[in-house]
Amino acid sequence: MRYGPLDVLNGIDFEIRTGEVVALLGPNGAGKTTTIEILEGFRTRSAGQVTVLGLDPARGGEQWRARLGVVLQSWRDHHKWRVRELLQHLGRYYARYATPEFPRPWQADELIDLVGLSAQADKRISNLSGGQRRRLDVAIGIVGRPELLFLDEPTAGFDPVARREFHELVHRLTDIERATVLLTTHDLAEAEKLADRVLVLAGGQIIADGSPDDLALRLSAQAEVRWTVDGQRYVHPTDEATAFTRKLFTQYGEAVEDLEVRRANLEDTYLTLVEEHEQ
Amino acid sequence: MNGLQTARLGLARGGIELRQTFTYGPDLVAYLFFPVIDLGVLFLMRGHQVPGTSFSLGSLTLPSVIGLGLAFGGLVGVTAQLCSEREDGTLLRAKATPGGMTGYVIGKICYISAGALAGLVGTLVIGLIAFAGLQLTLGGVATLAWVSVLGLLATIPLGIVAGSLLPNPRFMPLVMLPFGAIAAVSGIFYPITHLPDWLQVVGQVFPVYWVGLGARAALLPSSLASVEIDGSWRLPLAFLVLALWSLLGLALAPTVLRRMARHESGSRVAARRERAMLRAT
Repeated sequence: MRYGPLDVLNGIDFEIRTGEVVALLGPNGAGKTTTIEILEGFRTRSAGQVTVLGLDPARGGEQWRARLGVVLQSWRDHHKWRVRELLQHLGRYYARYATPEFPRPWQADELIDLVGLSAQADKRISNLSGGQRRRLDVAIGIVGRPELLFLDEPTAGFDPVARREFHELVHRLTDIERATVLLTTHDLAEAEKLADRVLVLAGGQIIADGSPDDLALRLSAQAEVRWTVDGQRYVHPTDEATAFTRKLFTQYGEAVEDLEVRRANLEDTYLTLVEEHEQ
Repeated sequence: MNGLQTARLGLARGGIELRQTFTYGPDLVAYLFFPVIDLGVLFLMRGHQVPGTSFSLGSLTLPSVIGLGLAFGGLVGVTAQLCSEREDGTLLRAKATPGGMTGYVIGKICYISAGALAGLVGTLVIGLIAFAGLQLTLGGVATLAWVSVLGLLATIPLGIVAGSLLPNPRFMPLVMLPFGAIAAVSGIFYPITHLPDWLQVVGQVFPVYWVGLGARAALLPSSLASVEIDGSWRLPLAFLVLALWSLLGLALAPTVLRRMARHESGSRVAARRERAMLRAT
């Protein structure tokens, strides 16, 4: 993919299997949105081969489009419409693409209930709160019961409660619908929570690909041990957490309190990866 | 079959939007603003006579205003809607839906046409009641019908082209000002025959003059054709000019629209949102 003389994506190669939840991570300008928009069929690539649900997105027709869900960030579109009215209307476009395996669309009321907007079903969209609007965005994205769902920074600007609710919603979706999901995010805790697999994109290339645990293990064997003895708090980084903890017990026995062994989390891993890449 | 289903969805969309306009205060005010002002002005002009006749100037102008309203709705209405709904992401949502773009465009055409025709009928009814001298014969109804349909056909596709080309709603003056200028030389409020020759030619190039002329032909007594160019309603020529504009618009609109839609994506809408937010703060 190229903007003018600049290649934004270069030699990226990955595969997402049915039912997987994959998070695409990377610093700003790494090419996450470009990647996702090429896959959505909203952007044409300058080179390379892409197959989404068996077809090239640049040539995917309406039938292909019906199997995708794209969660867009709303702004003020359809602000005069009411929640149920819009979901019912948009759902009707999917009816002709229903299959026994994927009955399309979702019943509007069922969907409204799923995203927790029942009390707002007859409200004008302009009267929804920011969090409610985002949930409506998700509902619109999945109204056609997509086999593949794209979420581009779905929780940007959420408060912690809205974020937690959104995560529960995605879990429900992947559990009930077994949909395949590709999401981008800057929130590493979010990726760790939602994704089966993480792709790290930096400088237009994939620099890591694996489950959050795999990546943490692969990159850093180091752990952090924290404990208290006689009310005094200690922190010690170590490569051999087990041996170290054992020594601790030998030395202090029962006096060791509040013991914590903390593996590197996805955030540590991610920061290490990006830093290495930049050097 | 699929096309028919999509057309039905578009029709439903147009219906929903029309209902929203007529049940939403601010929209209703915007919709009624110009017609009410126009009718008010015409009402005050009732007492004045068309020079050289005993016919009321208000009654003469009313059909022209009906024509102007139709062209305004078709061109400016579509441009404004397309432009702002592209900025706010409505179009991108349509693009993300199977058949959504076709449904959106059909919906928009229905919405604009129905809105313009409702305005036409409303103004017409008030005109027939409150303005002396207007008459509606069976032949007049037929003339008004084809002039309206062709008038919308000549302007809506042009509106789609303009709406696709304008970068954002802040550029609307680029369409409004030329439209105003064209309307001024189209014999709506001021007889075209009183303009310099070259302005008469300019006025007759564009659809507004011909829609106004057609409406006058439909609603005024035939004797008033005498104040027109050539002393005639020139309906065959009106048909020809409007048909040519329709063909031009229909030839351009799908290509321009598709080109615009192809470039819509989440990041584009996000970028526009950011720019608009910066302006707002």
